[in-house]
Amino acid sequence: MIEFILARYNYWIVIALMMTGLYIVFSRGNLVKTLIGLNLFQTSVFIFYITMGKVFGGTAPILLGGHAEEGHGEEHGGDHAESTHGTAYGEHEDSYASDPLHEGGAVNTIEETHAELSPGESLHTAPEGAVNELARAETPAGDVAKAALDHGTEILYSNPLPHVLILTAIVVGVATTAVGLSLAVRIREAYGTVEEDRLEAIDNQDDRAEVLV
Amino acid sequence: MSMILFFAAAASDAEPMMEVTGQAASVAIEILILTLLVATAVSMIRMRQLFGVAMLSGIYSLLSAAFFVALDAVDVAFTEAAVGAGVSTVLVLSGIALTAKREMPVDRRRQLLPLLIVFVTGGALVYSTIDMPAFGDPQAPANAYVGAEYIAQTPQDVEVPNIVTAVLASYRGFDTLGETVVVFTAGLACLLLLGTTLRGGGKGGRD
Repeated sequence: MIEFILARYNYWIVIALMMTGLYIVFSRGNLVKTLIGLNLFQTSVFIFYITMGKVFGGTAPILLGGHAEEGHGEEHGGDHAESTHGTAYGEHEDSYASDPLHEGGAVNTIEETHAELSPGESLHTAPEGAVNELARAETPAGDVAKAALDHGTEILYSNPLPHVLILTAIVVGVATTAVGLSLAVRIREAYGTVEEDRLEAIDNQDDRAEVLV
Repeated sequence: MSMILFFAAAASDAEPMMEVTGQAASVAIEILILTLLVATAVSMIRMRQLFGVAMLSGIYSLLSAAFFVALDAVDVAFTEAAVGAGVSTVLVLSGIALTAKREMPVDRRRQLLPLLIVFVTGGALVYSTIDMPAFGDPQAPANAYVGAEYIAQTPQDVEVPNIVTAVLASYRGFDTLGETVVVFTAGLACLLLLGTTLRGGGKGGRD
């Protein structure tokens, strides 16, 4: 039960924040405050997206240990390489299972081991299928480790896609806020107020005046 | 799921207490930040001094930036801290300076219907979270397809260590171009709206 709640706590908080923002937008008459409420709503959506992209035991999506340079066109996939991977993973199974939060450390150890065994090759160019099979056969261990292998990457990163989408959304959100605020400023200049009730009253008066004329 | 994992680890491992404490600490930090976020948001509802509301919204942005760091989204965190807490607060403050300092009181009748709507909507959304994948699940559909592909391909394709940068500038470069168009249009709209009256150019400005 606690587990169920903890797994969804973030979503509920996001919903609470979202509804707070929506309530401000609905119930307040001041245009500037309405815009702030809209911002609140928007930020809660950001939190929701980032929450979905989080992977337990993952780290920030920045490649560790110079992988950017290593990744080029290396091919290996012989039996020897596979068995090497197998033992490497096997040896460190326990640390994988027990230590998902600090997995980066565990993986680094694996890489070091691997570097000793077959220098110049990097783990993540290993044939995916082979690694997956090994994972299923030899690791009844944690889901985290299995998922890391299933994804074909040895270090677990959080999902970068929501981060990118939200980066765009933050900037666009500020741009739209700026437009909204300048509309409010224009309304203030034309009517002398930014309260919806008064704006409505002034508009109604104008209508009546037109009818009388 | 992960809790079970940790208790299993506690049973088998030699130094289990530290890890369990570490996990508990990170969960505690997340829950603390989330609670502060809710407190900030709720106190924004009742405050009628708009300067205070603007400050609270800056605090809210900063808190959410801290939460993004806790969830590994470092790029988002510094954008939120700079743009959300910084630029946005400045914009709101200048908006307040050009309009009104205080909000008029709202009558009670106007508050009841929104409250009802908000509770019904919130209830429906909470009901829908029961089916959602658990927080941090690596097998969740959102984490399974394109995101994993980007992580796997970035070292070969882009040669930039930061995957978020690679996706932003390369894989989804057209998105970013679209974003730039939107920001440009918004800046233009601000200038058109304010340009006639504010001599010497846009206090409401762009980012």
